[in-house]
Amino acid sequence: MSSHSLRRWSWIHKWSSLVCTVFMLLLCLTGLPLIYHHEIGHLLGNDVEAPALSPELAAKPPRANIDEVIASARALYPNKLTMYISQEIDEPAIWNVTLGDTPNDEHYKPIAVDARTAKVIVEPAFEGGAFMSTMFRLHVDLFAGLPGKLFLGFMGLLLLVAIVSGVVLYAPFMRKLDFGTVRHGRTQRLKWLDLHNLLGIVTLVWALVVGATGMVNTWADVLLKYWQATEIADMLAPYKGAPPPARLASMDAAVKLAERVSPGMQVGFVAFPGTPFASPHHYGVYMRGNEAFSSRLYKPVLIDAQTGAITDQRELPWYLTALLISQPLHFGDYGGGWMKLLWALLDVATIVVLGSGLYLWVQRGRAVKRHAQAAAQQGTGISQAAPVLARSGERR
Amino acid sequence: MNTPFMKLWGMPILLGVLTTIGLISALLGDGIWDTVSAFALGIPLALGLWHSLRGWKLKPR
Repeated sequence: MSSHSLRRWSWIHKWSSLVCTVFMLLLCLTGLPLIYHHEIGHLLGNDVEAPALSPELAAKPPRANIDEVIASARALYPNKLTMYISQEIDEPAIWNVTLGDTPNDEHYKPIAVDARTAKVIVEPAFEGGAFMSTMFRLHVDLFAGLPGKLFLGFMGLLLLVAIVSGVVLYAPFMRKLDFGTVRHGRTQRLKWLDLHNLLGIVTLVWALVVGATGMVNTWADVLLKYWQATEIADMLAPYKGAPPPARLASMDAAVKLAERVSPGMQVGFVAFPGTPFASPHHYGVYMRGNEAFSSRLYKPVLIDAQTGAITDQRELPWYLTALLISQPLHFGDYGGGWMKLLWALLDVATIVVLGSGLYLWVQRGRAVKRHAQAAAQQGTGISQAAPVLARSGERR
Repeated sequence: MNTPFMKLWGMPILLGVLTTIGLISALLGDGIWDTVSAFALGIPLALGLWHSLRGWKLKPR
């Protein structure tokens, strides 16, 4: 590599990392508890469990009428609307009902209802309680809504630039060394430079994937809005000028209808009229498969919220499919306990890469300053003071 | 394959491929696929950890 292009890549690596490092440290630290949000919820007593049924019922669990499930939840807040109902794939005994003052209420009320008896189980803590909610908000949008999300997405982009430029710089630094060499016993700086290179190259693909999928996740709101403005708008054309549905059709019937037209699939969630996943005139019933990969993908069935008839069923557009696939790859929640542990350890390794990078930059600043002072005392100026990036302390 | 290129990039490429296999495997299936994923993601990390931790001397004082 010519010294000119080395200098250019060094500049790119330095500035892309410097700008995003503080935010990436925040994301790594807040992401750590989010990996274990189920376990932490359990420890804090915030997780929801379906009550045990009597043995004869448990043998063949009944399925409660979904309209009754919704009615039980709304009895707690008679003035609120239903926004969503959802079911986790491994917990068919619970319906999570979300109520709000408007279809986009950020301060929604989550209510867990028994899917077999239609009895309210509990009103779970909002976003998993104060601690988890704080971690979640800091990780997702810095408490700043959509602008916060897009800002973090931009920081993610800088991280990707830093990773790619870091790989380019790996070559000149490691050319004469064996893989995994860490030079102890010379300068501190050299040791941390080697550790930075080692952990950086080891976590490379993981960090690239988690960074990129995180960035894609920050666009979720925008992608949904785009979908609303294009495909949903097409479906709404026949409803132009029609008043919003006066009475909502039976949700129980809607879900059964959606199940009938989607063999082998089950309901993931239902969006009520006016929410980002539906239209003002439709229920969006989102069906998913029940295998490892197909359970991550949804097929929307749009049902007229007044008549209960199917209006449309279509595949999700590619960009929403990409969004859905990017979620597990970011969360690390698709491979069981070992994967979570590896996700946490890779996260810690990334913190070491970020921290050592910051250390190398600070040390380098000091070295340049010392050099400049020495040069000034000798009256030679500082034109020779800044060898490329991290070469000081490295004898060749 | 003892070229300078492979000496420098052989290991990073191998670890990158392993990580990619690890990330995709668990997405496609459960059970054995999750186990494959754990090993494929774990090996690069273990190697990184081993190289990072060896060579540190406890202060003799």
